[in-house]
Amino acid sequence: MSSDDRRVAVLGAGMHPWGKWGRNFVEYGLAAARQALDDAGVSWEDVGYVAGADTIRNGYPGFIAGATFAQALGWTGARVSSVYAACASGAAAIANARAQILAGLCDVALVVGADTTPKGFFAPVGGERRDDPDWLRFHLLGATNPAYFALYARRRMDAYGATEEDFAQVKVKNARHGLANPNARYRKEVTVEEVLASPMVADPLRLLEICATSDGGAALVLSSMEFARRQGGGRPPVTVAAVSTVTPRFPNTVIEMPNFATDSAAAVPTDDLGFRPSIAAAAYEEAGIGPDDVDLAEVYDLSSALELDWYEDIGLCGPGEAEKLLREGATTLGGRVPVNPSGGLSCFGEAIPAQAIAQVCESVWQLRGEASGRQVEGATVAVTANQGLFGHGSSVVLCR
Amino acid sequence: MAAVEGWFTLDRAAPALLGSRCVVCGTYAFPAEAHFCRNPRCVSTEFDQVELSRRGRVWSYTDARYQPPPPYVAAEPYEPFALAAVELEAERMVVMGQLAHGVGVDDVSVGDEVELVLDILYEDDDHEYLVWKWQPLDTASGR
Repeated sequence: MSSDDRRVAVLGAGMHPWGKWGRNFVEYGLAAARQALDDAGVSWEDVGYVAGADTIRNGYPGFIAGATFAQALGWTGARVSSVYAACASGAAAIANARAQILAGLCDVALVVGADTTPKGFFAPVGGERRDDPDWLRFHLLGATNPAYFALYARRRMDAYGATEEDFAQVKVKNARHGLANPNARYRKEVTVEEVLASPMVADPLRLLEICATSDGGAALVLSSMEFARRQGGGRPPVTVAAVSTVTPRFPNTVIEMPNFATDSAAAVPTDDLGFRPSIAAAAYEEAGIGPDDVDLAEVYDLSSALELDWYEDIGLCGPGEAEKLLREGATTLGGRVPVNPSGGLSCFGEAIPAQAIAQVCESVWQLRGEASGRQVEGATVAVTANQGLFGHGSSVVLCR
Repeated sequence: MAAVEGWFTLDRAAPALLGSRCVVCGTYAFPAEAHFCRNPRCVSTEFDQVELSRRGRVWSYTDARYQPPPPYVAAEPYEPFALAAVELEAERMVVMGQLAHGVGVDDVSVGDEVELVLDILYEDDDHEYLVWKWQPLDTASGR
């Protein structure tokens, strides 16, 4: 890294296991935060800044998650923020914490996200809101989240010849990856036949290929490089080399939740780089690396098919080459660049504000060599990628 | 009556979606934009209401085998329906819609030409609530 060092250190990572526990989200966040603080070897009183990732389905405490967790840990006067960016909320919280550290406003920051989710399809929050596209897309179209995932999946089949077997194979891979992960909710091998025998939800996507909604919590303790050096200890910490929270560039011509239409490209030509590819590209640029440097990736497999889109969008291969990469085994543990060694959303289900943080926790454990039973041997660079509805990019580059 | 006010014409024979076109840069939007132009290089606040192209080509499609949660108003018993994202050539945009009643995923392919129709979204004791849907043109799919 240059003298213009923009890295921050990851001192600690923690998770409350994913599941359908049905308890208050604060409990999961607190457990994850305490584990991350223990892992970091710093006391809660040393934390100068708390960055909470919000949940919108748990009332007011969820909207001010940073303060909710700070109160649960015991008020210390730490400064606080609470941020919502849909599925990218965790990355937005990491970005807030990192900015405080890089600005020299605090030495140690705690990032926490946790959620308690309802069963079944995500529905819009209550009330009749005829000016809210998220309400209207359910009302006028019956377009659930899987419907949008299915549009992308069908597109891959048509454009690149992806097959239902390919999509099923992603699930089979991730199920195997997650078997030994103590924080994963689903730890069971499945076969291609079992996936293809599961009920169709939104053609061509089947029940076992669509991520569930889960309860869970994840936390990180971040610090300045200077604090990490002073703290000393063993080997150098894993560092955050880049955080991308980019929005789309007009015109965004891919249909996205919860919209009824794309932007129009009638007046301004389409950008060469679409929104999803721009997310990791910004992170790579900031980190001064490229996709060839990546040893493992944690990507947002909201559906099995969407994982294949991410292979291309984070630059692991060119457009239309993801199926080949999968079939070669390159993205399986033991392959060239394992994707979702944690098991991904396929094994976790989605706990929205915790998920982007969980991707970083897994990357940290991988880069430390602590990912027992799912370790990517010798990994030194990890990238995470995710996308929140309403135009929230999320990508973090971590290095050892 | 329309399930949503001002999003489409109620011309049963030849309905059209109502979008907006920026009077300065020509950018379209659906649903119509009234306050700001989405083009970052344009600061216009004036828009013409325009009828969007009634025909387009399927960009992608899917269906809903399970009943969506409210505020979707489902028929009893639930009847699965299909959805399409449709590319409009003149507007250079993709617009979502359900496929017309009785049209399933086996009846369409990417690239097929479809036309806008009005169809019942749901009904109660007083009204039928109409919404736009996409109807494949007979000649398009060849099936």
